Amino acid sequence: MRAAQLMLIVMSGLALASCKSKPPTLPDASNQPEETSADTGRTTDTDVSGRVDPNEQLKQTAIQAGVIIYFDYDRAEIKPEFVPIVTAHAKYLNTNSANKIRLEGHSDERGSREYNIGLGERRAQAVRRALMLQGVTEAQLTTVSYGEERPAVQGSDESAYAKNRRVELVYGR
Amino acid sequence: MRKVVWLFVVVASALAMPAANAQLVIEITRGQENAVPIAVVPFGWESANAAPFDVAQVVAADLQRSGRFAPLDRKDMIDRPTAGDQIRFQDWRYLKSDFIVVGKLTPDGGDRYSAQFELYNVLNGQRLTGQRLTATTGSMRAMSHRIADIIFEQLTGIRGAFSTRIAFVSAEGTPPKQQYTLIVADADGENQQKIANSSEPIMSPAWSPDGQSLAYVSFESKASAIYVQTLRTGERSRVSARAGINGAPSWSPDGSTLALTLSRKDGDVDIYTLKLQSQSLTRMTFDPGIDTEPTWSNDGRKLYFMSDRAGGPQIYEVDVDQPNRATRVTFEGTYNARPRLSPDGKQLAVVHLDRGNFRIAIVDLQSKGVQVLSPGRQDESPSFAPNGATLIYATQDRGRGVLATVSVDGRVQQRLAASTGDVREPVWSPFPSGR
Repeated sequence: MRAAQLMLIVMSGLALASCKSKPPTLPDASNQPEETSADTGRTTDTDVSGRVDPNEQLKQTAIQAGVIIYFDYDRAEIKPEFVPIVTAHAKYLNTNSANKIRLEGHSDERGSREYNIGLGERRAQAVRRALMLQGVTEAQLTTVSYGEERPAVQGSDESAYAKNRRVELVYGR
Repeated sequence: MRKVVWLFVVVASALAMPAANAQLVIEITRGQENAVPIAVVPFGWESANAAPFDVAQVVAADLQRSGRFAPLDRKDMIDRPTAGDQIRFQDWRYLKSDFIVVGKLTPDGGDRYSAQFELYNVLNGQRLTGQRLTATTGSMRAMSHRIADIIFEQLTGIRGAFSTRIAFVSAEGTPPKQQYTLIVADADGENQQKIANSSEPIMSPAWSPDGQSLAYVSFESKASAIYVQTLRTGERSRVSARAGINGAPSWSPDGSTLALTLSRKDGDVDIYTLKLQSQSLTRMTFDPGIDTEPTWSNDGRKLYFMSDRAGGPQIYEVDVDQPNRATRVTFEGTYNARPRLSPDGKQLAVVHLDRGNFRIAIVDLQSKGVQVLSPGRQDESPSFAPNGATLIYATQDRGRGVLATVSVDGRVQQRLAASTGDVREPVWSPFPSGR
């Protein structure tokens, strides 16, 4: 009995270890179907006449520019390389003032959990302010902070931490 | 010396709530060198049938887990006395037991039983205490914990906490797809019950002062909200679902009010109090930094909380009658967060950055001295046992979230690992009412 228990625990540990050794995959626009199709309910880029819907194209451009903004440890400033993402989404939201975006703030796992909720909120607010500075209205924006509770990847090293400190821009959730 | 105690979860369905599957395995990672040797003799049972419950086994396991006692192995017992007049003290002195517990279980008819036990000092043969307790089949384990409480208090002068419970959160599956469960278990990890379950995060459980309810944060509606749930009935109400953060609930000592963290629409993370009956909300902090993780002073007049208003996270206190007049409490180190007050009100347990490692530390409120208690790299969520003798906290073991306990002097350490998934955010219940 005792040995069997031990085996179970050891085996579950091994299973976990093997999961962890897989290279973490970064979520990108191509594998996030719920974010690309939900907003207008349409899944095609073209209307009946075969022309590209300019609004849908703006949205796709924004999503292709990126839907995740990464942050440095304990920081909430948007780094220069992520400003084009903000600009692309602002452009779409400004021409579609009825559409909304949800800003989900996250932190890495270090430190206490509720403080990390605060840090995730601070990051989401930084993106919110940047979008508002580019003309997006308050009514189009909601923020939520998940702190360290919904990591993008598992792991306790700097590469995992860097992928988890982020704000995700989500349409239609 | 490493002692390993395996405890198996008995699926108990005395309550309507479903039992959880995740076993907790308790390992004493560091025991006290001078643990007191004690013999807990198997209880007598005068019947042809097997005894309905092994009371002595639960009592001995409790005493061993405290780290202060070293129960004698049963196979070394040469005699099985069940009452004081049957004890040959010389034998037990020879076996180097300082104390001995004897007792017997008798049927009272139907599903009722009584247990009579006695505690003796082996060295001088003196009877120290003895009691008769009653139980049904379903409450036999609880009765055994009460016996351990009585023995522990008699021998240490400290009220036993074996009859208390812990709440914690488990997360199973690989990110970003995880299943979160709020679980309540006995302090020894037995009797697990699922309280709430969601594919969205659950966090920050907090016991009501009467031990009947839990407040917690759930993201089940795709945004944070604070719920209060009565454990016995499962009845649940949503007490805060405002824009932005709804987090870090903490009950006032009288149970009337929650302190909580809100960020409202503007994103300014501050502490508020919410009267549960009237729903009236009062803002306690106004700083543009992050203010969160409130916890009450024992008299209910002050809140301790964490703020990064001075740059890094430090502990502050504010008088609830004078919001916005916070004063700083911690000065040692660059990171002090998640304060929890000791039952005697003299110390705060905090998460403290200790040479690059997040560890559990005790801050003495008078001297402001900081003592690091835990040995990990990523230790968090300290919670005092209601007798103040032990802290439970969350740590990591080979990449998995596990629970651990440490005695407030740092000498006794244990680890509680679930058989699957991560476990985190342990909170120790108050003493059961009715003493």
